[in-house]
Amino acid sequence: MIVRILGEGQLDVADNHLETLNRLDDDLAKAVDSGDEPQFAAALAALLAKVREVGTVVPDDAITPSELILPSADASLPEVRALLTDEGLIPG
Amino acid sequence: MGMGSRLALIVKSKANKLMDRAEDPRETLDYSYEKQLELLTKVRRGVADVATSRKRIEIQMQQLQSSSDKLQAQAQQAVGQGRDDLAREALTRRATVNTQLADLQTQHANLQAEEEKLTQASQRLQAKVDAFRTRKETIKATYTAAEAQAKIGEAVSGISEEMGDVGMAVQRAEDKTQAMQARAGAVDELIASGALDDLSLPSGQRDDIQAELDRGAASTDVELELAKLKGALPAGEEQAALPSGNGDQAASAPEAAPAEAAQPTSEPGTPS
Repeated sequence: MIVRILGEGQLDVADNHLETLNRLDDDLAKAVDSGDEPQFAAALAALLAKVREVGTVVPDDAITPSELILPSADASLPEVRALLTDEGLIPG
Repeated sequence: MGMGSRLALIVKSKANKLMDRAEDPRETLDYSYEKQLELLTKVRRGVADVATSRKRIEIQMQQLQSSSDKLQAQAQQAVGQGRDDLAREALTRRATVNTQLADLQTQHANLQAEEEKLTQASQRLQAKVDAFRTRKETIKATYTAAEAQAKIGEAVSGISEEMGDVGMAVQRAEDKTQAMQARAGAVDELIASGALDDLSLPSGQRDDIQAELDRGAASTDVELELAKLKGALPAGEEQAALPSGNGDQAASAPEAAPAEAAQPTSEPGTPS
């Protein structure tokens, strides 16, 4: 599975980690939805740490869509919310 | 659904919309490629802008550092002259300068990180754009419009994602650079106001602490010279020696002066 961390690039994560990543990803979504900033920061850090730990970097010249797109490590809750709006991630 | 999957879906649906615009999906390739080149230009400009901003801060840091060093030296000089009031003033200003300096150092580190990120993003995008161009030509040459659909979908979706990512990085860097320029302008104003006692000002401009110290040092020097002159004269010959009196000669010969020569006793460092 290809995962993109915004601002860092893409990583290839083996399928056996999928369950863990999905769980962490759900935690992050809950934190964003509830607007809990400390919970959001913790969930984001945990998810990114896991992806970096188990993923291998995708070569620069590979062009492939990601199955997960994750906010950058220093993203704030409002920034992530903005990404979810229509103009957020890709304008136009 | 998780956050990562939501974001991925948003990107995919955007890419699909892009594809739907063209009657022949292969046109999407050219359109996307054009946008990629535009973005590449924008990223490179972004890197240059951040670098300019970083250099400006570096210059200000140098200015403030030399101000801080100068104020430290002035404080020492003032203490040497017994002018605690001046020393206190110099140290107070130095504290202000150092606060500004510490702030600039933080900003500088931020900008440097931003520059690094943007440079990497630019390199990644360049590699992807090159790969996209190759793939675009292959797709156009090998597949019919109908066959090409899936291939194009993947390529466009993949590159759109990268472009979205890089586009955000550029925007972020632009925002930070603008904020930084506003701060840098404020620091320049502060320096210009004299509150930070800037060393880089032309020498004609006033530095009140230095002026006071110079006055103190000058009057001490005058008294010293005077003492030397007086010391060089044999007792009773003051009147005769005056017309040909030479400071250098007098200064080189104080040891030869008789002990009973008139000397001001109030001056420190007077040869005895």
